[in-house]
Amino acid sequence: MNMRRLLAVMRKELQQLRRDRVTLAMILGIPIVQLVLFGYAINLNLRNLDAGIVDQSGTQASRALVMDMLATGIVRASERAHTPRQLMQALQAGRISVGIVIPRDFERRRAEGRAVAQILVDGSDTAVQFAAAQLAQTPIANSALPDTRAPPDSTPRQGRIRVVAFYNPERRSAINIVPGLIGVILTMTMVLFTAVSVVRERERGNMELLIATPLSRSELLVGKVLPYVGIGLLQTTVILLLGVVLFAVPVHGLLVDVYLAAGLLIVANLALGLLISTRATSQFQAMQMMIFVFLPSILLSGFMFPFAGMPIAAQWIAEVLPLTHFLRLIRGVMLRGAGLSQMWPDVLALAAFSVLMLVLAISQFRKRLD
Amino acid sequence: MSADTDTVIRARGLTRRFGDLVAVDRVDLDVPAQRVYGFLGPNGSGKSTTIRMLCGLLTPSAGEIEVLGLRIPSRAEELRRHIGYMTQKFSLFDDLTVRENLEFMAAVQDVPRARMRARIDTLVEEYRFGAMQRQLAGTLSGGQKQRLALAAAVVHEPQLLFLDEPTSAVDPESRRDFWEKLFELADAGATLLVSTHYMDEAERCHRLAILDHGRLVADDTPQALTARLAGRTYRVHASRPGRIQQALSQQDAVLSAAQIGASLRVLLVEAAAQSAGETLEVLAGVVRDIDAEACFEATEPNLEDVFVAVTHGGRARREQAA
Repeated sequence: MNMRRLLAVMRKELQQLRRDRVTLAMILGIPIVQLVLFGYAINLNLRNLDAGIVDQSGTQASRALVMDMLATGIVRASERAHTPRQLMQALQAGRISVGIVIPRDFERRRAEGRAVAQILVDGSDTAVQFAAAQLAQTPIANSALPDTRAPPDSTPRQGRIRVVAFYNPERRSAINIVPGLIGVILTMTMVLFTAVSVVRERERGNMELLIATPLSRSELLVGKVLPYVGIGLLQTTVILLLGVVLFAVPVHGLLVDVYLAAGLLIVANLALGLLISTRATSQFQAMQMMIFVFLPSILLSGFMFPFAGMPIAAQWIAEVLPLTHFLRLIRGVMLRGAGLSQMWPDVLALAAFSVLMLVLAISQFRKRLD
Repeated sequence: MSADTDTVIRARGLTRRFGDLVAVDRVDLDVPAQRVYGFLGPNGSGKSTTIRMLCGLLTPSAGEIEVLGLRIPSRAEELRRHIGYMTQKFSLFDDLTVRENLEFMAAVQDVPRARMRARIDTLVEEYRFGAMQRQLAGTLSGGQKQRLALAAAVVHEPQLLFLDEPTSAVDPESRRDFWEKLFELADAGATLLVSTHYMDEAERCHRLAILDHGRLVADDTPQALTARLAGRTYRVHASRPGRIQQALSQQDAVLSAAQIGASLRVLLVEAAAQSAGETLEVLAGVVRDIDAEACFEATEPNLEDVFVAVTHGGRARREQAA
C-alpha cells in the first residue's frame, strides 16, 4: 500500500466532507439529538404520571402508603375519585394513566400479609407499565403501625401491592441507555456514511476515472473510510461528555478501554458499510441494506430488550451483530468497571468481524467495469 | 506480436459481447505513436467499449491487445501509470476545487512530491484556470469542465491518452480550443486516441478508424479515405430538390441523396463509379424529367460521404444476412 496515495484519498474525502453540510450536521446532530431524546424521554416517562387515588380504608397507615407513593415522584394525584369504578372511567377516558386502589379491608390484609393495594395501569403504554411496576415497590414497612407478623426483610412483601415487581434500584434508565447509545449512534452513522460512499462515486461517474489510475483497491477503500474513524471517536466523546454532564453517567472503568471498545465498533461498522457499498448498485439500495442491518442491531443486540430473554435463534443472530458485543464491552467497562481483557471473547469477535468484512469488501471490489 | 516501436496500440480480433449483443466485433487496430488517432462512429457503435478494453477497464470476450508493449488486460495495472483517460462523462469531483482535483490526481498518479506544485502551476496557467483555482469543479461551464478533465488526465505527462467523446457537450469555440490542446500534446510526443461523432473533428485527426455496429469499417488517413470516393460524389442544384431526391433515391446507382439547403448531395455506389459516364447520363435524365433547370455537377468527396459510404455498406450486408 502506497502511503501517499492513501493519504491523497483520505484528504480528498475530508475535503468533500467539509463541503457536505448535511453530513457535517449529522456527525454532531445525531448524537446530541438521540442522547437528549433517549435520555430525557425515558426519564420523563417515569415521572409525574397522572394518577387517581381511591382510599376506601382511610386509616392512618393507608394514608401513609399513599403519601409514600406520591413521594416517589412517579405519580402525582390529579384526579379525585371515590370508587374503583370512577377510577376505571378516568383511566378509560385517558385523564389518568395510573389508578391506585386501597380496599376497605386494608388493615386486615396488611395484618394477614395479603395484597394490600391494587394499581390499575393504562396497559397501552409500556412505559407506564414499567413505571407502575416501580411504584408497586413502595415499601409498606414504614407505615405508622409496626407490622409484627412479617419481619421487614421477609420476601412475601413483594406480593403486597398487586403489580409485578422487578429490580432497578436507582430507577434511572439513562445509566443503562447512555453506554448503549454510544453503540447505537456509531452503528447508525458509521454504516450510513460509508454505505453510500463507493456507490455514490459509481453513480456520479468518479469511479471509472479512479479505477483507471494506479490507485490500488485497498488504498481506495481504506482511504475512504479511515477519516471516519476520527469522526466516530469524536462522536463517542460528545456522547460521553453529554452523558456525564446531563445524566451523571459514571465511567467506572478506564477511559482508554471505553475508547478502545468504541474504536473496535467503529472499524467493524465502517468495514460493514464498505461491504454494503461495494455490493449495492445504487445509493438507494445501499440505504435499504443499511436499514436491514440496523433494525436487528437495535432490536436484538440487547439495547432495547434483555439479551437473555430472547429465543435461542434470535441470540444466534445477535451474536453476529457487532453492536451486541460492543454493548457487553461498554456496559462492562462503564458500569461494572471491568477491563477489556476480562471480556476478550467480545473483543475478539469485533476484531474478527472487522477483518472479515474488510477482506470481503476489498475482494468484492473490482478495478474493472465488467 | 512484433514489438514495432512506432505502434503504441495493437489489437487483433478484439471482440466484446454483452449477452447476445456484440458490442465490438473482431476489430483489428494499429495506432501509430505521436499521432491523433480518431474513432468515428454513431452512438452505440462500440467506441467507448473499445476504448475501455484498450485501457484495461473491460475484459475482452475474445482477441488480443498490446498497449505500449504490455499485454492487456493481464498487465493493465502497469499500463495505468503511463496512460491518461478522459471519460465521456465528467468524472472529476464536483465538490472539490479546480486545484484540489489536480492535486488529488497528481498524488494518485505518483507525480513526485517535489515536482507536483510546479506541475500544477503550469497546468493551471496552460489551461487558463488562473482565476478559477479555488472554484468548485461542479460550478464550471461545460467547456471549462472538459479543459479541467484534460488537464487532470495529463497531470503525470502520460505517453498515451484515451479521450472518450471529449467534446460531446461543448460549444464550437471551446471545441476548437480543445483540439488545439490535443495537437499541442501530440507535438510534445504523446499519442492520442480520441472518439467523436463530429465530422469536423474527425477530419482533423492524423488517422481515422470508423466503427459501425461494433465493426471497423474503415481505417486510414482522412485524405486517403476521401480520395477513395473520387468520382462518386455529385451535387444537384435545383429549385425544389425534394422530388428529385425521391426519384434519385430509387436509382440502383445512388447510394444516398441528401438535401443540403437548395441542393442535393449525391453519392454513387462503388460499381457505378466505374461506368461513370453512362450512369451520369441516366441520372441527369431522371433529374431533368422533374426539373429542366436542374444541373448535375461533380464535387469533392468529404468525410461525411466516407461515413455514409462505409456505414451503408454495413447496413446492406446486415440486411442480406437477415
